[in-house]
Amino acid sequence: MAAGLATWLPFARAAAVGWLPLAQQPLPPAPGVKASRGDEVLVVNVSGRRFETWKNTLDRYPDTLLGSSEKEFFYDADSGEYFFDRDPDMFRHVLNFYRTGRLHCPRQECIQAFDEELAFYGLVPELVGDCCLEEYRDRKKENAERLAEDEEAEQTGDGPALPAGSSLRQRLWRAFENPHTSTAALVFYYVTGFFIAVSVIANVVETIPCRGSARRSSREQPCGERFPQAFFCMDTACVLIFTGEYLLRLFAAPSRCRFLRSVMSLIDVVAILPYYIGLLVPKNDDVSGAFVTLRVFRVFRIFKFSRHSQGLRILGYTLKSCASELGFLLFSLTMAIIIFATVMFYAEKGTNKTNFTSIPAAFWYTIVTMTTLGYGDMVPSTIAGKIFGSICSLSGVLVIALPVPVIVSNFSRIYHQNQRADKRRAQQKVRLARIRLAKSGTTNAFLQYKQNGGLEDSGSGEEQALCVRNRSAFEQQHHHLLHCLEKTTCHEFTDELTFSEALGAVSLGGRTSRSTSVSSQPTGPGSLLSSCCPRRAKRRAIRLANSTASVSRGSMQELDMLAGLHRSPAPQSRSSLNAKPHDSLDRNCDSRDFVAAIISIPTPPANTPDESQLSSPGGGGRASSTLRNSSLGTPCLFPETVKISSL
Amino acid sequence: CVPRRIMTASAESYSVEDELEMATVRHRPEALELLEAQSKFTKKELQILYRGFKNECPSGVVNEETFKEIYSQFFPQGDSTTYAHFLFNAFDTDHNGAVSFEDFIKGLSILLRGTVQEKLNWAFNLYDINKDGYITKEEMLDIMKAIYDMMGKCTYPVLKEDAPRQHVETFFQKMDKNKDGVVTIDEFIESCQKDENIMRSMQLFENVI
Repeated sequence: MAAGLATWLPFARAAAVGWLPLAQQPLPPAPGVKASRGDEVLVVNVSGRRFETWKNTLDRYPDTLLGSSEKEFFYDADSGEYFFDRDPDMFRHVLNFYRTGRLHCPRQECIQAFDEELAFYGLVPELVGDCCLEEYRDRKKENAERLAEDEEAEQTGDGPALPAGSSLRQRLWRAFENPHTSTAALVFYYVTGFFIAVSVIANVVETIPCRGSARRSSREQPCGERFPQAFFCMDTACVLIFTGEYLLRLFAAPSRCRFLRSVMSLIDVVAILPYYIGLLVPKNDDVSGAFVTLRVFRVFRIFKFSRHSQGLRILGYTLKSCASELGFLLFSLTMAIIIFATVMFYAEKGTNKTNFTSIPAAFWYTIVTMTTLGYGDMVPSTIAGKIFGSICSLSGVLVIALPVPVIVSNFSRIYHQNQRADKRRAQQKVRLARIRLAKSGTTNAFLQYKQNGGLEDSGSGEEQALCVRNRSAFEQQHHHLLHCLEKTTCHEFTDELTFSEALGAVSLGGRTSRSTSVSSQPTGPGSLLSSCCPRRAKRRAIRLANSTASVSRGSMQELDMLAGLHRSPAPQSRSSLNAKPHDSLDRNCDSRDFVAAIISIPTPPANTPDESQLSSPGGGGRASSTLRNSSLGTPCLFPETVKISSL
Repeated sequence: CVPRRIMTASAESYSVEDELEMATVRHRPEALELLEAQSKFTKKELQILYRGFKNECPSGVVNEETFKEIYSQFFPQGDSTTYAHFLFNAFDTDHNGAVSFEDFIKGLSILLRGTVQEKLNWAFNLYDINKDGYITKEEMLDIMKAIYDMMGKCTYPVLKEDAPRQHVETFFQKMDKNKDGVVTIDEFIESCQKDENIMRSMQLFENVI
């Protein structure tokens, strides 16, 4: 109604004339009148489709793009219209909002696209009208869930790169949760599955009567009693394996309490406990009855299969999520059973030799009839009994048929969701790989360009022309930008190969302390030397903003040393790694930067060997744009054009 | 001028068809020229007014509920339903339960472009709830209460229970010349014309459109 409010304002103000005679104090003067209330037609051109509307319509909502002066930025004086390079179909809805005050959500458009348009035009998504609000919210939630699933899958998915520093526990846990990651885990997975099957089959076979060949007694014994040792050994073996597995899982679990409470571990415990209880309990007659009962629990081992079967897990999850429907089913069934049992009992009371001896006895009849089993062991004989019996069976069909579709649809939804998740996980890897490829494409172009000597300032015109010919204007600008960045940070872009090689080299020497490395090997393996400076240089860039560390004691000392090294002899360049550009880069670095660099040094972080160690592996994760250290002359205080790839 | 109606609702016989018709009542105002002649607005102003009006009420009429709603949006702190009710009656000159565009324009024309006499007439009409030509103390009290209701609870200084009544007393002291307990139209106009404040404030809302 906000739009309308502006329309009614003159009326409301006019109606205030009714207060005038009653006012005891003089009323305030009216605000200044606007220039002219003449209305004009504005033309809004959205990607070629022209929309025309009154200026007043747009002015209704002054805090949006079209209602405020922000639209002047899009005004094209030549054509006298406002031009927006956006989707014209979506704009229709936006404009209708101004006209009617209600924002409708297009049904066939992507919700995300719609949201973006709203954001562009300055409309809050809460403005969506009531008619479309529910659908809008549903779709948005669906989208958000799907995206969250995607992200989750990305993060928790079986990413191949487990941090190298993970402990045995973590590796073990991962092996348990994702058996596909390593062969050992897979083997373990199948072995446990096999033993579960063996255990269950043994339980079953135990009770089959075997025909004894030795003793021609008429009494047939179940196999379990004929070969007690064999079965006992098999049972023991299985239980040992299960116990071992359980303990291993307990050890490897990141959160032991949560693991203990989880359903799967409970099943495990229930599966193996009867055996131990049976061991502990002495075999006397009093308790043996209870002992026999315990053996029933061995059948729970079959639930251990749910770790191996996703379908089983889905079923369990469905039942859990349909708990309310199942509860309703149960409740209504109970009600019906009690009612019909009572009726049948009293209907059949008169008959002698009737099966309906009591109401609970009639329960059995009711259940069998309602579920349309109809065993026939209890049958009504009176006419009234037969009438009520038929009513009972008819209503049974209804009561059971009602909640079942809900459960079925739930199961189907969850199952399909799972399928989708699996498919997505499989596709995700491909997608990510493709994305990474695209990203590295641009950097590769730059590296290629550099390797072809494109950065050679002094190169002859023709040579340069040959290798740099095929760059578009955009690429030129982009490469120039990357080049500037290199100059600024005194590092260079490199590819993964060089980087990983250098990483290996650095980590070897990285453990020694800073000062020793600096002082003892001025011309030594340039790798160490340059490893220190670039790391510091990079950290300088990063940590300049949050300079928490105080100036380390050694820094001043190092500064002097480094300054001294400025005049140190020839570089030890790992020329195998580097292309020509070294010298040129060296030359390109100004001495001006030297001063600036020194000034900027005062915040060297407390570089511990651990830090330096950590920083390099961390960089390994990045696929593209790794930095290569160039301890290029001046900005880094090192004249040596030693370059290694490191962080 | 009888407003043309596409479908009308018959008051006496109420059947299913009537219900359907009631829901789809439409109203078209008189021609633009006619309205222009009757009111003191220009064509352009009428156009602007009608566009806004039609946008808000596509059916062409405003009923009391909408009226109250509109007013409550202007005065959110208090309860403006009573005053809106009185206003509605003042605007609805032909008393058919709906304010059409003509009624709207007629009212606005008087309030914004009318003479002082006309405005005071209109105000008197507003106060005279039963339209009998006299404003009694009870009527005035109702009006006053309605106005004070619009203020709501949170006022400074705190609103006292008898504030409306006191205000009515003051009003009657000023307006009721012959002290007969009612105010007639002549007394009203005379007293208002003598009061400078009122005269000055009459010009306040001239430039609203």
